[in-house]
Amino acid sequence: MPDPTNAPTNAPAAANIQGNPQPVRFRGGGFNPRRHPWAALAAFALLVALWEGASRVGLASPLFLPPPSAVGRALAGMIADGSLWLNLKASLLRIGVGWSLGTLGGLTVGLLMGVASVARAVGVPLVSAFFPIPKIALLPLFILWFGIGEASKFATIGFGVFFPTVIATYSAIDSVPRNLIRMAQSFGLPWGAILRNILLPGALPGILAGFRITASIALILVVAAEMIGAEYGIGAFVLMAGNLMQTDTLLAGVLVMSALGLTIGALLSLLERRLLVWR
Amino acid sequence: MRLLISDLTHRYDDLTVLDGIDLVLNEGEVLAVIGPSGCGKSTLLGIAGGIVAPSAGRVAVDGPLPDGCLNPITYVFQDFALLPWRSVEENVALVLAHHPLPAADRRARVEEGLRRMGLWEFRQALPKQLSGGMRQRVGIARALAVRPAILLLDEPLSALDAQTRELLMDDFLDLWRRERTTALYVTHNLDEALRLADRVVVLSRRPGRVREIVTIEEPRDRRLDPAAQAHLAEVRARLWHLMKAEAQMADREIARA
Repeated sequence: MPDPTNAPTNAPAAANIQGNPQPVRFRGGGFNPRRHPWAALAAFALLVALWEGASRVGLASPLFLPPPSAVGRALAGMIADGSLWLNLKASLLRIGVGWSLGTLGGLTVGLLMGVASVARAVGVPLVSAFFPIPKIALLPLFILWFGIGEASKFATIGFGVFFPTVIATYSAIDSVPRNLIRMAQSFGLPWGAILRNILLPGALPGILAGFRITASIALILVVAAEMIGAEYGIGAFVLMAGNLMQTDTLLAGVLVMSALGLTIGALLSLLERRLLVWR
Repeated sequence: MRLLISDLTHRYDDLTVLDGIDLVLNEGEVLAVIGPSGCGKSTLLGIAGGIVAPSAGRVAVDGPLPDGCLNPITYVFQDFALLPWRSVEENVALVLAHHPLPAADRRARVEEGLRRMGLWEFRQALPKQLSGGMRQRVGIARALAVRPAILLLDEPLSALDAQTRELLMDDFLDLWRRERTTALYVTHNLDEALRLADRVVVLSRRPGRVREIVTIEEPRDRRLDPAAQAHLAEVRARLWHLMKAEAQMADREIARA
């Protein structure tokens, strides 16, 4: 007689099933976003094809909505005659200088507000009061102060970038886990070492997220400022094309702005991947 | 080095969390502090470590520093408190950087701490690449690098699973066997206290007061022996008896709040 205690434990389980067993129905699908990189490209290509087709069969007036092929030709013309680089160079300089000034000031003030209670007590009400002002509304004032040249545009962009940078910086410092600071204090690290080794690296993700926002603000402000008073620049170029009813050139300018925004976003993503590898 | 806590009281606004605590942590002793949630265990440790200012009372140290001690009272944190952007090696080196040490000495301390905790091979890893147990070992290696006189351990095993807890308790026993490091060990786990401590301080519910101090007679090395089990079970029952009613009342107070 076989010893029941030595019987295999798994084998009888299937043999013991009686009746009409039903498989357990899978209910766990969906709600799990997946990447479909080709879908975006296909949708984009379809949109361009529809737009081109609508223009060719006369559904859209080429004067008000020129086909993508005409926009492409206008862009090629801008590259060939050098007007693209001339205008892009002017806009990039304004963005570069204005953004750098606003960011430098914003980081300094935000850092002070993040680490010093008095600076925060003074700064928060001021930032709250100035932040909601549409910065482009101040351009006429900046023109009075700094003249119609580059300085007023740098000031508009810098002012627009400054406040979001301040907010992003002191919020990022607030979000650094306090236990890391207490740890450093418990090992006797001096204030400067805590700032360098804990507060700044810990705040970096929030600061970089702020850069993403301020880069968009700088792009909007440069176009607006150039539309108000500039000879060269993508904003001025688009405005002039609109005045001359050159809608293909106008849309080519818009395309350049979009590419500029995407490039800045890609550069920031690259920076994040490099600096935040620890996340 | 001894740690002397006398007539310690701490309040957060109107809320008194510790009331008249008197404790002496003797040199080479492991003193466990247990008590219900919210009784001020971690606050007591924070005050002992100088990172929370007490409302009243005094904390003092007495006795010579061990050789090479850079930070007499040193913490091991419940949540490890590792910098996620620094490698294991850099996390340990961080606490030495502000001391005027020769570079070779600094490197030797980092290596010694990491080797002792079995982490030398992982020195280039980031904290996110380590298990919870390994992260806490980095926290311990960091504490050992400054050669502390007194270790303050704030529920160091509570964020870990049961198996890792066992492994780390062995590490602590090994550490204390070799170094005789004085330690104040806060826990809510009776079994940890019974396995590791020489004496167990039972705090009452908030405001935390010392209800009783229980001495565990069995040497730490023999506490897993069957012969010791009966007596340890008695001590455990006694500790639980002291804690149970307090824990239940603390639980109700938390629910009401």
